[in-house]
Amino acid sequence: MTETETRRTIEAVWRLESARVIAGLVRMVRDVGLAEDLAQDALVAALTQWPESGVPKNPGAWLMAIAKRRAIDHFRRAERLASKQNELGHALEQEAFVPNFDEGLEDTIEDDMLRLMFICCHPALSTESRVALTLRMLGGLTTPEIARSFLTSDATIGQRISRAKRTLGEAGAAFEVPDRRERVERIDSVLEVLYLVFNEGYSATAGQDWMRPALCEEAMRLGRILAGLAPDSADVHGLVALMEIQASRVTARTGPSGEPVLLLDQNRARWDHLLIRRGLKSLDRAESIATTQGSAGPFLVQAAIAACHARARVAADTDWVRIAALYDTLSTIAPSPVVELNRAVALAMAFGPQAGLDLVDQLTAVAALKSYHLLPSVRGDLLAKLERHDEARVEFERAAALTQNERERTLLLERAAGCAIAGRRST
Amino acid sequence: MRFLSMIKMDESKPFGEPPMSLYAAIAEFGEQAMKDGTLLEQGGLLPSASGALIRLADGKVTVIDGPFTEAKELIGGYAMFQARSKEEAVQQAKRFMDLHAEHWPGAEAVCEVRQVMDPADFEPNAG
Repeated sequence: MTETETRRTIEAVWRLESARVIAGLVRMVRDVGLAEDLAQDALVAALTQWPESGVPKNPGAWLMAIAKRRAIDHFRRAERLASKQNELGHALEQEAFVPNFDEGLEDTIEDDMLRLMFICCHPALSTESRVALTLRMLGGLTTPEIARSFLTSDATIGQRISRAKRTLGEAGAAFEVPDRRERVERIDSVLEVLYLVFNEGYSATAGQDWMRPALCEEAMRLGRILAGLAPDSADVHGLVALMEIQASRVTARTGPSGEPVLLLDQNRARWDHLLIRRGLKSLDRAESIATTQGSAGPFLVQAAIAACHARARVAADTDWVRIAALYDTLSTIAPSPVVELNRAVALAMAFGPQAGLDLVDQLTAVAALKSYHLLPSVRGDLLAKLERHDEARVEFERAAALTQNERERTLLLERAAGCAIAGRRST
Repeated sequence: MRFLSMIKMDESKPFGEPPMSLYAAIAEFGEQAMKDGTLLEQGGLLPSASGALIRLADGKVTVIDGPFTEAKELIGGYAMFQARSKEEAVQQAKRFMDLHAEHWPGAEAVCEVRQVMDPADFEPNAG
């Protein structure tokens, strides 16, 4: 192996192991910044020793043992923390010299990982900081990698992470395991962060920096880990299902010249059926838990909607009645104007354009949708289906003026022109 | 990125049958990798006697039923991994092979790790 190859191998091992190592260290030193520094020390040791000795059989345990030893050194050196030294140094010492990590530690590792997820998504942190910290501590991404993912500078991300570490230090309670009620809220916070990361990757268009699509995979990977750590949470399985089903369409949603292809026009053979299969399985688990517990969260409902599309072999087979019913549920548990607009589309597909239009007409007064191009676009489509061509044309023109997307504008103006022709023909 | 790992070995197993402990170790490895979110799918293949080869040569397609006596190493199982680099996929495969070394002394096998083509690989600007 060349030096570069060895280095890349060590980096790969690091990315597979670092989250668990950091999670274990956080439990011991109760300081995210220090835990990461100690873990970095272990990485440096690996980079020095492994090229000679080869990668050890259980590299995670090796890294952990080194980091623990460094932790002891740290507490011994820090005389200012003399009182802490006695208490922690002693406890660490006993563990460090019996490096048997293979037995009986499984439960601890799982608790440690869950705790680290909660800490990274702690409510005391801003959303941006939660995202950065999660990708750094749990994803093993470097600061430049995170910066590239979010199209921002290294300095910005670096500041975000150090500020987050400081905030966590001040919020002393960050390291406690939350009680049952709080646990649900903390899981919600993790889910929110993971979905944000996912969407950051999902919204990237083809040909953009590879780091951005990689965010989708990272969010799914962390979601699956969380599903293992909190197997009784319907929402966790629901989010995993939602992400996997959405990700299954990544390839099909872009045409040969980069133009967006709408869901109903997509070539379903190009969907990723491995992800669909996995997503539907996660959804089954989520639904059976939700049935037992008697509640379904928004991610689960959204996943169920996505699954209706995934199950239809051709667009015409889509179960719109069920989708409309699911949007009814969603508008009750997570109401928003955008959900209402989607509900209108589903109603139109299930019960005819007038049913959809009745709801859309109520939405034209909603301030949040005033400059949302999809509102006139949907309204135009429903009016056209009802053969109210002149009104439809006006709506398509309005939508064209509002959209930021050049290709979409062209498409909308074409539809407006089509309405003008149809309007003349019918009079 | 996705990687397909295929384990290949001599189907006649001149080094004997795999011990039960190997199956247990593989199951545990698979469970962990699933929980880690990296293993997407895996499966084992029955002996080639239950398979067939469909060969194209000289413009003619012929079907030959198994066993595939000519091939020395045959695929016995596969796993689909999500990984962030080739090295990461190789590490997973290495761990899988370490289990074989530990539980099945004398066994010889090859694990082939291949990156699955991404639609982006077809794009003119890829790479």
